[in-house]
Amino acid sequence: MLNYIKLVVLGLIALFSMMAINYARDEAYMVHAIIVLLLSVGMFLWILRKTDEPDIPIDYSGEYMDGVIRYGVIATAFWGVVGFLVGVYIAFQLAFPALNFEWAQGYANFGRLRPLHTSAVIFAFGGNALLATSFYVVQRTSAARLWGGNLAWFVFWGYQLFIVLAATGYLLGGTQSKEYAEPEWYVDLWLTIVWVAYLAVYLGTIIKRKEPHIYVANWFYLAFIVTVAMLHVVNNLTVPVSIWGSKSVILWSGVQDAMVQWWYGHNAVGFFLTAGFLGMMYYFIPKQAGRPVYSYKLSIIHFWALIFLYIWAGPHHLHYTALPDWASTLGMVFSVILWMPSWGGMINGLMTLSGAWDKLRTDPVIRMMVISLGFYGMSTFEGPMMSIRAVNSLSHYTDWTIGHVHSGALGWNGMITFGALYYLVPVLWKRERLYSLSLVSWHFWLATIGIILYAASLWVAGITQGLMWREVDANGFLVNSFADSVSAVIPMYVVRAIGGVFFLVGAAIMCYNLWMTVRRAPAKEASLTVAVPAE
Amino acid sequence: MTQPEDNKRAASHQPGDPNTTGHTWDGIEEFDNPMPRWWLWTFYATIIWGVIYTIAYPAWPLVSSATAGVLGWSTRGDVASEIVAAEEANAEINARLAAIKMEDIAEDADLRNYAVSSGAAVFRTWCAQCHGSGAAGAVGYPNLLDDAWLWGGDIENIHLTIAHGIRNEEDPDARYSEMPAFGRDEILTPEEIDQAVNYVMSLSGTPQDAAQVEAGSVVFADNCASCHTEDATGDPEQGAPNLADALWLYGGDYDTLTETVNNSRFGVMPSWSNRLTEAQIRAVATYVHQLGGGE
Repeated sequence: MLNYIKLVVLGLIALFSMMAINYARDEAYMVHAIIVLLLSVGMFLWILRKTDEPDIPIDYSGEYMDGVIRYGVIATAFWGVVGFLVGVYIAFQLAFPALNFEWAQGYANFGRLRPLHTSAVIFAFGGNALLATSFYVVQRTSAARLWGGNLAWFVFWGYQLFIVLAATGYLLGGTQSKEYAEPEWYVDLWLTIVWVAYLAVYLGTIIKRKEPHIYVANWFYLAFIVTVAMLHVVNNLTVPVSIWGSKSVILWSGVQDAMVQWWYGHNAVGFFLTAGFLGMMYYFIPKQAGRPVYSYKLSIIHFWALIFLYIWAGPHHLHYTALPDWASTLGMVFSVILWMPSWGGMINGLMTLSGAWDKLRTDPVIRMMVISLGFYGMSTFEGPMMSIRAVNSLSHYTDWTIGHVHSGALGWNGMITFGALYYLVPVLWKRERLYSLSLVSWHFWLATIGIILYAASLWVAGITQGLMWREVDANGFLVNSFADSVSAVIPMYVVRAIGGVFFLVGAAIMCYNLWMTVRRAPAKEASLTVAVPAE
Repeated sequence: MTQPEDNKRAASHQPGDPNTTGHTWDGIEEFDNPMPRWWLWTFYATIIWGVIYTIAYPAWPLVSSATAGVLGWSTRGDVASEIVAAEEANAEINARLAAIKMEDIAEDADLRNYAVSSGAAVFRTWCAQCHGSGAAGAVGYPNLLDDAWLWGGDIENIHLTIAHGIRNEEDPDARYSEMPAFGRDEILTPEEIDQAVNYVMSLSGTPQDAAQVEAGSVVFADNCASCHTEDATGDPEQGAPNLADALWLYGGDYDTLTETVNNSRFGVMPSWSNRLTEAQIRAVATYVHQLGGGE
């Protein structure tokens, strides 16, 4: 019966997307309608073939649901390489503008590719890493199979569809021009549905847990899922111009729109890239180190302080704008107070290694996790510092900001994700060990050198720009034009692009290593492989 | 309770370890360590600093306004005081600039340097929108780098143009002229316009049909020469462009010229005397004059 309902729904979706193709008012909308049509027809045929076949129910309740996590791991590695590759390309476009090819104008010039890069690394790479690890961690630490049956598969594939719609939309010009929230209204609606399903799977699993307490990693993951839902909905309250077109008009106007956007934007950093990844850190570091978490008290206090304070910090993106001074002050003050709560996670992670420091010499995976905490600590110090109005007046609008974001994204999010992938692949594919630890070492050093080249060159570039823009002569008149500051930083742009190449090569080596782990590494003995929820 | 799936990865204990909280999740335990003191005290210190800072600076939203902060600081106040300070610092040299004869500015090296850097700042703020940040102009907006001038390129004329603008209705001293719309107002037939355009194009060296040019020269002498002069080199007194060179404000191709003759053009420049000080106008005039084409 259920299959018949699915067929009817898919048929209606196919019909609607055919109408949408016919009436489409712009290219992005039409291409998206074609994608949805192909998907719905494909799924229709797939379900049709299954319909009225004998259904043999298999009882999975004694096993963890790891299939979706394996897919999530593959998607993380895939989107990671795609995102880094686009990043390297646009870094070279900045250094060598001729790479904005005439024949690719309107599709592959810097302006179109830049949001593709940011969304690919944050939402596709980071998002899949969070999906996969949160599903893994919540099952292990709750000793329960994922709630909701195949809903987890819907979340995974629904999220991949969101990524494809967002990415193709950017290339075709379908964007609402809000940083990190570029996808247009129907993509936003789709993500909302997927996200609510994600929350349901996650909460459902926690509710049916067999452990008396909820482990700290799950607090962080849950804070990330709930807050991102709220941010996404409020920042995307738009009215479509037409149901047959991608363009929509945002409900907020002027400085209120800017404030909502940066409330969203900063908390995308705070809850997506910080809280969610701290959840990852709180599981994989104690597991890999084989040591208890340093301090339960610290984890409680820094968790609540972090989520309370982060939500106020957005206005520091709008210093010296039309935003009223009071809002800007509050944004700055809460950002500075946020310093220690952010560092709480770093301290708890690093101190967990006390008694296991010797492993840094022998285990490159632990080394990767430790350096991710190092970069986390560095960028959560740099962030509050840059939020101070006086510092911001120098750093704002310069490449210093880009460097800061990347020491966080490459160093913290990237490295902790790589560490988690190196931990997960042998476990999920039931291998004795990784294919090669020396390749992990290569990855570690390439990525670290890449990040240092990247961050250092953009510090120099950013401070150069900041100083040139404010330089005045003896009479108080500006000395430099904008173009002067552009030509001054081109060598830094080249160094930065080379740093990106290092990081990309490291990630490619990781993919090879993980692939070979699945293909070649010795399988584990059967007695140890069955993961059993304690029921 | 839990069965660790990988016993090697269960937490290992060492002699001297503190107590744990007693819970285990998938082999993970938590020590009952206190928070590091330095961490806690730094956290408290930032909170205390935050309270003090929000008392000192505008911070807390109220019903219809916000607390202003006991220091009385504001970004707008900051800018205003910086502007006042800069104006005070330059008051003396601005007074000199406003009083001196325009031609004498170039003689005084200090004054000229000041005028050029001040004028460049004024230009980037007020003029670049139409004339381009490099002053190279755009279609309909004159290039200020070359030596072709619609209303005269000596310093006095440049000053006059900037101070009062061209063909605007806000300033009675704005210079004014209006080219007739020869086609639209049926002063000339399409045939005659075609001939005149051919003639004008031939002046800047574009090969044209000789008969058309011959006929066009008559049309030109009867209708255009009164403003653009007999040899078509233009008249800066009435803003009539030189048609004998290859420089064009709107374009020198056949279609654009036909459009110009048919419907005329009416470029407007605003008056700046009510927006800029005399010293600023003189500064930007000096800046434009030294760009390369000043007479």
